[in-house]
Amino acid sequence: MERLKSIDDLRRLRERLSKEFLSERPRARVCCGTACSASGSAKVIEALESEAKAKGIHLEIVRTRCQGMCQRGPNLRIDPYDIYYQRVTPENARWIVTYTLAAGTPYRQSLYRKDILHEPIAHITDLPFYKKQLRLVLKNNDRIDPMNIYHYIAVGGYRALEKALSELTPDQVLDEVDRANLRGRGGAGFPAGKKWRHTKNSPGDIKFVVANGDEGDPGAFMDRAIMEANPHSVLEGMLLCAYAIGARYGFIYVRHEYPLAVKHLRHAIKQAEELGLLGENILGTDFTLYLDVREGAGAFVCGESTALVASIEGERGFPRPRPPRLSEPGGGVFGYPTNLNNVETYACVPLIIEKGADWFRSIGTENSPGTKVFALAGKVKNTLLIEVPMGITLREIIFDIGGGIVGDKRFKAVQTGGPSGGCIPEEFLDMPVDFDSLTEVGSMMGSGAMIVMDEDTCMVDVARYFLSFTQSESCGKCPPCRIGTYQMLKIMERICSGQGEDGDIERLEELGRLVQKASLCGLGQTAPNPVLTTIRYFREEYEEHIYDKYCRAKVCRGLGLYTIYQETCFRCGLCKEACAYDAVKETRDSYFIDQDYCTKCYACYLACPIDAVKIEKASREPVSRQLNK
Amino acid sequence: MKIEDLNDEFVDASYKGASAILTPEQKRRGLLIHALQAIQEEYNYLPEDALRRLSEKLHIPLVDIYSTASFYKQFYFKPRGRNVVCVCVGTACHVRGAPKVLERLKETFQINEGETSPDLSVTLETVGCVGCCSLAPVVTVNNEIIGNVGPVKLEEIVKTISQRG
Repeated sequence: MERLKSIDDLRRLRERLSKEFLSERPRARVCCGTACSASGSAKVIEALESEAKAKGIHLEIVRTRCQGMCQRGPNLRIDPYDIYYQRVTPENARWIVTYTLAAGTPYRQSLYRKDILHEPIAHITDLPFYKKQLRLVLKNNDRIDPMNIYHYIAVGGYRALEKALSELTPDQVLDEVDRANLRGRGGAGFPAGKKWRHTKNSPGDIKFVVANGDEGDPGAFMDRAIMEANPHSVLEGMLLCAYAIGARYGFIYVRHEYPLAVKHLRHAIKQAEELGLLGENILGTDFTLYLDVREGAGAFVCGESTALVASIEGERGFPRPRPPRLSEPGGGVFGYPTNLNNVETYACVPLIIEKGADWFRSIGTENSPGTKVFALAGKVKNTLLIEVPMGITLREIIFDIGGGIVGDKRFKAVQTGGPSGGCIPEEFLDMPVDFDSLTEVGSMMGSGAMIVMDEDTCMVDVARYFLSFTQSESCGKCPPCRIGTYQMLKIMERICSGQGEDGDIERLEELGRLVQKASLCGLGQTAPNPVLTTIRYFREEYEEHIYDKYCRAKVCRGLGLYTIYQETCFRCGLCKEACAYDAVKETRDSYFIDQDYCTKCYACYLACPIDAVKIEKASREPVSRQLNK
Repeated sequence: MKIEDLNDEFVDASYKGASAILTPEQKRRGLLIHALQAIQEEYNYLPEDALRRLSEKLHIPLVDIYSTASFYKQFYFKPRGRNVVCVCVGTACHVRGAPKVLERLKETFQINEGETSPDLSVTLETVGCVGCCSLAPVVTVNNEIIGNVGPVKLEEIVKTISQRG
């Protein structure tokens, strides 16, 4: 790779590359992301290559990374026909070569089809889950090979850097980001411009830029997709930030569960250095930035800014009280003022610089401009990565893009913001999604995970699950978080196993408020959110668990009254076989459950093939009064 | 990276331009987690004598190294199994039945999560999220991701592991 010596060199290189890259040659863009690789995209590529060779077609294969539609993997797009194929098998791949590449027609069997009554859809822009999306940050995810810097340059990459270095002063770059009101995509939504200015104005010449790629929220994979599929967009964002605030050094902190992201970022940095886009005297100017990747080691709390800094320095990943903030001397990496943003925030920056703050502000809502990437998962038909403008309603996300609930069951709640967020019930489905509205209803944007829950999900169990996650991830430094979450978890476990007592809900609320107020860092301050929001919106479920010993979703074990419905039962005897405690008794012509022996272990409920074993609410009335009726 | 390679030049080189502004202590300390990861990659866990050698090489007291290593979940002080089965218990996997998968694996291998079977053939672990929520529930076997795990796939996983031994 030849080093670019000036800004004009880059411009010329791009012109040459884009002519070649955007030509009408047949190309197969195959997703090789973590999920699609697990579904077998390597075999699909093999099949495509061998079939194209046999047919004498010159086919270029672009190995893109996560395109977002992980559930329908392996994904495949054929250019220049712009046809989208899903769940491609090696056999189908051969047919795709025959139909599409040799004849230019779509191959029906691998197209997206809602169901047998609907026509298959060939073009990606016509897909129902694609229509409402606005892909800006993810735009190039399904077009380029992240291991090849030329692809990124060909689709307009590093154009923002080129513009900044040739036309804008550092202050102008900062003003543009400030005016765009770009809010931190990591969850809290703090304006990036303010943060940058603060770092820039703090004393000292040595400054650091750090990107936070420690995406630990269960159910979130936005940052993974960006780092895997488009690492150069993160680098470019960091370059612009470093240029604006005058930093010369930087780190990208990535969690170790994402080996592919680490590999791609390292490779991207190497290629950018070779081309002269990173390192000393970038593009012949006197701007210098050294970047390096630091791998995490499996601690959720290291996503917190001060803990992340400690981890980069090689210490235990303990958060510490602020001030000093990261942007102040003594607060950041190795004691130098540091600007820390989420990788998605950095990926937004090149767009703002290239197209301007006014363009960015025209998307989304007044206070939360731009788009946000969400990971839609849980009990929803299409689980995928989406990018939508801020201000879209939850209903549009879940029902139009997500396609509704699996098995057309009833929607119950959506959990946003991972273990620090809250559960939002049905009544807020039409609420526009932005940073402020989510905080208002007790949840938060978080990193952008959205877990959809249906009527078969027990809200008490979900809250217990999140609490057990934060409890085990609590670093143990401050007592409110260490002891408070432990005590809350004990109460939640008691409720879920049917040992709940009168006053437990109030105790949970009180403890929750204490933990929120007194904890040192964001982990503790938000840990009670799932419990508090579920109490707020689903209090009757808690009361049922405590007073009626009944779980309406039938998830919690040891609750409810197990009975066999005689009119449904066809006497197969499977329940009797399943019961380890001999609680299912047999008479001459029926089976019934002896409540004295029943341990409510769930075995008969699972064993029954026709749902004749029912779990019901035990009556709270004394037997004597029931008999009198 | 080997422990023996950790001399001053190597430490300097791994900071690129930033090595000029940092003290030698800061530089060595900052490499600690990376070094521990390299040791773990080689031995599959952190053996005591390797940590002692590392302590001498980096001029960091052993107690400090232990303090850092014990904080992070990724590091192990006991040998791990030849096969590492990791069940994702993230939210998406949880609502799609990860607890059942975990229960089944515990029963089959007769070990709890975080434990290694006595013959060192298999280690059972859980992870917060591997970022493949669309394929939930997910199990990884030696870092290879297997999605949409149901009874049939679970049977296959158990079979391949007992064959590999």
